[in-house]
Amino acid sequence: MAETIVFIIFAAVALAGAFAMLSARNTVFSAMGLLTAMFAIAVLYVLLDAHFIAAVQVIIYAGAVMTLFLFVIMLIGVDRSVAEQEQIPFQRVITIVLAVGFFAVIVFAGRAAWITGSSLFADAEMNGTIEAVADELFGTWMIPFLTTVFLLTIAAVGTIALAHFGPGGLHAAGEDEEEEIVA
Amino acid sequence: MTVTVGWYMALAAALFSIGAAGVLLRRNALIMFMSIELMLNSVNLTFVAAGRELGLIDGQVAALFVIVVAAAEVTIGLAIIVAVFRRRATANVDQLSGMRG
Repeated sequence: MAETIVFIIFAAVALAGAFAMLSARNTVFSAMGLLTAMFAIAVLYVLLDAHFIAAVQVIIYAGAVMTLFLFVIMLIGVDRSVAEQEQIPFQRVITIVLAVGFFAVIVFAGRAAWITGSSLFADAEMNGTIEAVADELFGTWMIPFLTTVFLLTIAAVGTIALAHFGPGGLHAAGEDEEEEIVA
Repeated sequence: MTVTVGWYMALAAALFSIGAAGVLLRRNALIMFMSIELMLNSVNLTFVAAGRELGLIDGQVAALFVIVVAAAEVTIGLAIIVAVFRRRATANVDQLSGMRG
């Protein structure tokens, strides 16, 4: 029963945060809504006995990623609100219909398994500690894990390269081709 | 009334739909990017919920990989947004039509 109450509360918090992100005029409020949703999802991970993933969620998403987002928002300027004009006629209506329809199709497709649920969920023992995850990660998933090392290295090098090759950078590559500046 | 895995799946579907609507609706590149992060988060929730139901740890490992790839994606994506902003002084994707033929 307690699990049900916690799930309902934090599912509502996650949905509210997501809606706040979707509808906020100010970009900082959008970031705060996403942060709320990420914290709520971390609590849901704890409910699912995935304690290590919950900790990683808080540290990486709520900590590092959102800090990076807020840093870029401050760098670009919070007061520059982007004009939300519709490029396609009825874009807003079409989008809402598509999103609601997409949600309805997913729920409809999974209704047989989801609504009845399975007894496995209540019975199965789950050990989501860092030791259990590491056993699997460094055993079965060793090669994919090493691939992510290369991925992160490439991402770090690419970020530095993007920061250096700008218009005011040391190596202003391709500056003459893109003279036109759309203000 | 107990929480079945279906509740988590339905919540993840709702979050994914909101994220997809954010990508389609908003014109600010940063908010579109945040919507993509929300979609990745909802997929992580389905991985962990499915792994919990099946009693397998692989769901959590898959979620961990998604988090790593999302972290790499965020660094590159935000660097691209900043690089574009330095050149064009806008974060509106409608004005970034420089490659239009």
